[in-house]
Amino acid sequence: MIKDLGKYVIMFVVLVLVQVLILNNIQVSGLINPYIYILFILLLPFTIPGYLLLGLSFLLGITVDIFNNTPGIHAGATVLLGFLRPAIAQLVSSREILEKGNMPNLTHLGFASFLKYTVIAVLIHHLFLFYAESFSFGGFFETFIRYIISSIFSILIILGSQFIVFKS
Amino acid sequence: MRSLFRFLARNYFLMMFLALEVISVVLMVSFNNYQRVTFLNSSNSMFGEVYERFSTMDDYFSLGRTNARLSAENASLRKQLYARIANQEKYPINRPDTVEAPAYIFTSAKVISNSANKQFNYITLNKGSRQGIKPDMGIINDQGVVGVITNVSPNFSTGLSILNKRLGIPAKISKINYFGNLVWDGEHYNTADLKEIPFHIIVNVGDTIVTSGYSNVFPEGIMIGTITKFDVESGTNFYNIKVELSTNFKTLKYVEVVQNTKRAELIKLESNNTGE
Repeated sequence: MIKDLGKYVIMFVVLVLVQVLILNNIQVSGLINPYIYILFILLLPFTIPGYLLLGLSFLLGITVDIFNNTPGIHAGATVLLGFLRPAIAQLVSSREILEKGNMPNLTHLGFASFLKYTVIAVLIHHLFLFYAESFSFGGFFETFIRYIISSIFSILIILGSQFIVFKS
Repeated sequence: MRSLFRFLARNYFLMMFLALEVISVVLMVSFNNYQRVTFLNSSNSMFGEVYERFSTMDDYFSLGRTNARLSAENASLRKQLYARIANQEKYPINRPDTVEAPAYIFTSAKVISNSANKQFNYITLNKGSRQGIKPDMGIINDQGVVGVITNVSPNFSTGLSILNKRLGIPAKISKINYFGNLVWDGEHYNTADLKEIPFHIIVNVGDTIVTSGYSNVFPEGIMIGTITKFDVESGTNFYNIKVELSTNFKTLKYVEVVQNTKRAELIKLESNNTGE
């Protein structure tokens, strides 16, 4: 756990920078905005204590919020994801993996489990995010389309990043 | 009391989740009064710094386009200048007053962060209070109106762009001087709605929409866009006018911040009317 500390700090910084400097500038007809910074929450070990999981979720969300000038929206969505993550983890993986303190990445979870894990997490996080963002705004259907398309892109990018970084 | 503590200790995960979620929602809601949460936005110097660094790197790739636009603007300004000189020769009495301070001061600034794909879009500039930027100044560029400054830090400032439902700009149809209110439709980054134009007046597709000058923020006659379609909403006396914005928010790079030097005086005078 301690030896991974540096790895997690670097991951936090890199993911936030990639998110706010690159991905927030991908604007195809205002529809697609993938949010991949939640990969940080996904990759925290399953054995992490609850307060740390929630605390880091909030910290990550509020950092992205400050860059985006949207206080609370990303923080709320990410904290929700942090809260539900133990349940999602139980759903997609077996007891022996849960009890090991490994980084729950593609290699350790296997493709099918990691895909399920990512899809559920992204859908929950983005649902909160897109509807909180369009709060005072009609257009349920338009928001839904933006939600689905952006989710697909987030999932693809998260999976892709796993293949690039952990292909060993 | 002890059982309460035991309950909290057992359910701390849930409690902590609820507490953080409540904080987030409070931030979300209080941000509607956007002036308040000043430290939590990208005019904050540390976060501004990150954007500034990245933007300097990014600049080199758009040098060609930026130069072309600058020289086009120079040409159009020169044309206006000569037209004015010619006019003065014709009517020598009509000299501008050189004693009085100019009504508007323009400060050039660079956009270091900007979005066009949110429901509420914001813009961050690389100049702040040290360079004389204050809240409620207008932002324009060579294409037209961009937005309004809302928060400033010593070296950075943030503002609402037109692509933000919280911003309404007093606008008029240039040809007939009828004024209304321009608000983003939230759908596309280059269209907005012009409201409050009564349907008895005649409107044409292609009419230019400019600022009305009633807001103390923008000078009169700054380009906003052109009418692309209009219809009358049933049950109302007003047009539903779609405006194509002249500013391209996807290529925004350099802007000018407009200061109305007489704004304080105007507001003071106008506040006398509401006092009654």
